[in-house]
Amino acid sequence: MKIADKNTKAVDLVREALEKAKEFEDYHCFISMNEARALERAKAIDEKITRGEKVGRLAGVPYALKDNYLSREGVTTAAARMLDNFPSPITATAVAKLEAEGAIMIGRANLDAYAHGSSTENSYFGPSHNAVDFERVPGGSSGGSASAVALGIVQFALGSDTGGSIRQPASYNGVWGMKPTYGTVSRYGVVAMASSTDVMGCFANTADDVDLVMSIMAGKDPKDSTTLDDFWNKELEDAKPKKKKIGIIKDFMGDGVNPEVVNTVKDYAAKMKKAGFEVEEIEMPIMKYGLAIYYIVQPAEVASNLSRYDGVRYGHRAAEITDLDSVYSKTRDEGFMPENKRRIMIGNFVLSSGFFDAYYLKAQKARTLLINAYNEAFEKYDALLCAVAPAPAFKFGEKTNDPLQMYMEDVMSVPPSMAGLPALAAPAGKSKDGLPIGIQLVGPRKSDQMLLNIAKTIAEVK
Amino acid sequence: MSEYKTTIGIECHVQLNTATKLFSATDNDAVDKEPNACVSPIDYALPGMLPVLNKAAIEKCVRAGLAMNCKINLVSRFDRKHYYYPDLPKGYQITQMYMPIIGAGTIRLPDGSEVHIEHAHLEEDAGKLTHFGTYSLVDLNRAGTPLIEIVSMPDIHSAAQARMYCEELHRLMMYAGVTNGDLYQGNMRFDINVSVSKTDELGTRTETKNLNSFRSIERAVEYEVKRQIEVLERGEKVKQETRGWNDTTGKTTSQRSKEEAQDYRYMPEPDVPPVVLEQSYVDKVAANMPMMPDEYRSKFGILNLDHSESEAILNYPVLAERLSEVCDKDIKLAPRVAHWFSGVLLAEENADKNYSLATAPELVELSEMVEKKELSSTAAKEVFLEMYDKKNTSKTPHTLAKEMNLLQENDEGAIEAIIDEVLTAPECAKAAEDVRNGEMKAIGFLVGQVMKKSKGKANPATVNELIKKKLS
Repeated sequence: MKIADKNTKAVDLVREALEKAKEFEDYHCFISMNEARALERAKAIDEKITRGEKVGRLAGVPYALKDNYLSREGVTTAAARMLDNFPSPITATAVAKLEAEGAIMIGRANLDAYAHGSSTENSYFGPSHNAVDFERVPGGSSGGSASAVALGIVQFALGSDTGGSIRQPASYNGVWGMKPTYGTVSRYGVVAMASSTDVMGCFANTADDVDLVMSIMAGKDPKDSTTLDDFWNKELEDAKPKKKKIGIIKDFMGDGVNPEVVNTVKDYAAKMKKAGFEVEEIEMPIMKYGLAIYYIVQPAEVASNLSRYDGVRYGHRAAEITDLDSVYSKTRDEGFMPENKRRIMIGNFVLSSGFFDAYYLKAQKARTLLINAYNEAFEKYDALLCAVAPAPAFKFGEKTNDPLQMYMEDVMSVPPSMAGLPALAAPAGKSKDGLPIGIQLVGPRKSDQMLLNIAKTIAEVK
Repeated sequence: MSEYKTTIGIECHVQLNTATKLFSATDNDAVDKEPNACVSPIDYALPGMLPVLNKAAIEKCVRAGLAMNCKINLVSRFDRKHYYYPDLPKGYQITQMYMPIIGAGTIRLPDGSEVHIEHAHLEEDAGKLTHFGTYSLVDLNRAGTPLIEIVSMPDIHSAAQARMYCEELHRLMMYAGVTNGDLYQGNMRFDINVSVSKTDELGTRTETKNLNSFRSIERAVEYEVKRQIEVLERGEKVKQETRGWNDTTGKTTSQRSKEEAQDYRYMPEPDVPPVVLEQSYVDKVAANMPMMPDEYRSKFGILNLDHSESEAILNYPVLAERLSEVCDKDIKLAPRVAHWFSGVLLAEENADKNYSLATAPELVELSEMVEKKELSSTAAKEVFLEMYDKKNTSKTPHTLAKEMNLLQENDEGAIEAIIDEVLTAPECAKAAEDVRNGEMKAIGFLVGQVMKKSKGKANPATVNELIKKKLS
């Protein structure tokens, strides 16, 4: 990570990032830029350095902020018309922590509206583009963030991951993406998607950079009761795996997974063996139910969390309202994207009386079984290996008419989300068309740094 | 029509008097504040805001539960109850649908009957809407105020008992110190579920919502019972519905039928971890509980007070506590203090007094002064009231009585001097003569003259005795 010091000016780092953002404007990584304030901040840091004062661990480092984090700088849109002019009066804890260490937000990264989607095609402001192939999606929902890092505009970017929204775009763009253990980073000030699986994480180009950013954001926040005590406190070298044993999830190595993706995972396993790991296949039949569980629990929480957008207090309100019902129905009809509405419908359906037991309750029971299966596996293995997504990045429009096909994108990324486990996406190879393919390492709760340690080791294996 | 049996269950919402709201650090006291003055980003439901449970509300809950002899559930959990209304910023209310903090219990009413509590759960209050012609205004000051909803079993069988139950509940909550208990401010609100039936099978019930006075509870039950019996007698069926009470007309009216009832789509609240209590914590709270009305009732039993007198005192925990302290010091003095409380202090109109000002030792001292004839009982009442004036808190009853010039003259020599003066006065000659001749009726006039001359300080009994002695 390039950090401002006596020889490197923060202003230059920020200017360079802003220039690159302009150069790659067509990729539409950003919804809005934060140019003036970013330069102001950079100047202040440079002055501190000149005066010989202490600056933070991320002094002058420009970054992209997924536009579902609140910050007093500019407006937070969540890529939805509902919030297209929402100046936030508060700043998310994660953002405040990064800024206290001198990081500088240069712009708000694009996403699927309310983080619902796997391609950024659901953004009210239009999609972002894949950094490697302009004709393809960058993945989602944190597509703008991943693309901005892969294009070299910023050294790191923040994302949020509910069922794969950091890992899948990381894999599609060939960068690192960390979904930490549930509760690692405060959710305070981040537009909620599904509260029981939402986690805040980041994209970067190396394991060390991911480690640095995460170590700053991690920790207990009195404003988020689900946060854990800070466990991100080791040197990365000291977070070594104990068993040196990895399980490949066999259920994700066959049907429905692109052979090039399967081969990339196999190649990665080979490197692991070379590095001294014992690698064997493990059958986890419960895994194939992960998606079904997720698409019951997540829409239920989505429907609930989106209830507050009612046009009464802030955000969009429809122009032609006649009575209270129309305030709600017209505002929400105009403010939400079709995918938002689909999840609200599914969510309310599974929670409605008469269906609750059959769907929601059953899904929560299955979720417990999934967690048990993971726990059992981790008695034997340090971590589990599989791909992030079934195939490399797809073309725009390829899946927009088939929501189920789009949901299948999440089949390998949602199980750790449902279990609250850390999952790391690391670049592993390329398809014959040159598209990036990532692998995914999943470990026990709070083993986040160990996953980074393993992937860092393997990245160095030739 | 008397063959109909009435069955009533009551839900009571109690606003807790915590310093801050249930899930935010916002001021929970909105009395006399501008609309929307007590609203934080959490109460306003901005994006990305998360509820943080107020631990003080948990302690109040435990106290309320213990006051009702309820089981305290060591593990409880919150759920979301969804509906759209402008007074509900999040679009859902955080409540406890499945695992409430307060379990089953029993309340004994003053008449000895028992009402079982099904459970009581902790939840947040909604805001307030004020409707104008073409628009409505939203005030979120109350949004997020902690509430406990106390759900009774259908153990109540008359309007009078319903009222008694609500009054006792109010007392219990006041004693436990969990609410300000101001019914006018909506600190306690009652929903009554009423049904009538000729058989052992319960009839169809109606729910009359949002009653906020004991009198309206009694009247609403009376009205509903009468209305339902009339419906049945006409050969029609009672509709299961929600009804509203109009205090002016004295009638309930239909608001929403069962078919129109909302589907609340309950869901576990993922942002608030379950509440896990240690038994030792509950024990500690229990050890700090004050005496409850029923305990005072048995303690005051030997004082032979009127039922209405003792119940009136029990409405004020601090008065019950004072009376109890007086009992402990000298049980003989307690009835007089009780009469002062019920007949003097509580009989005052527009009283805005701090009932804790007079301490038990002061009350004992004042009663003793009456016993020792240092004060007439009339004068004692005057001193008693003065003891509730803030400016007098540092004065003893004796000092007060002296300042007010009310101390009785018990010095026989001094009284005799006044008597001699009176007996020799020309206007008293006739009366004195009458007494000498055995016409004792006239003695009242003489005593009155002496009292007048002594400015009320002479002890009338002593005067009476001395006059008799002198004129015999």
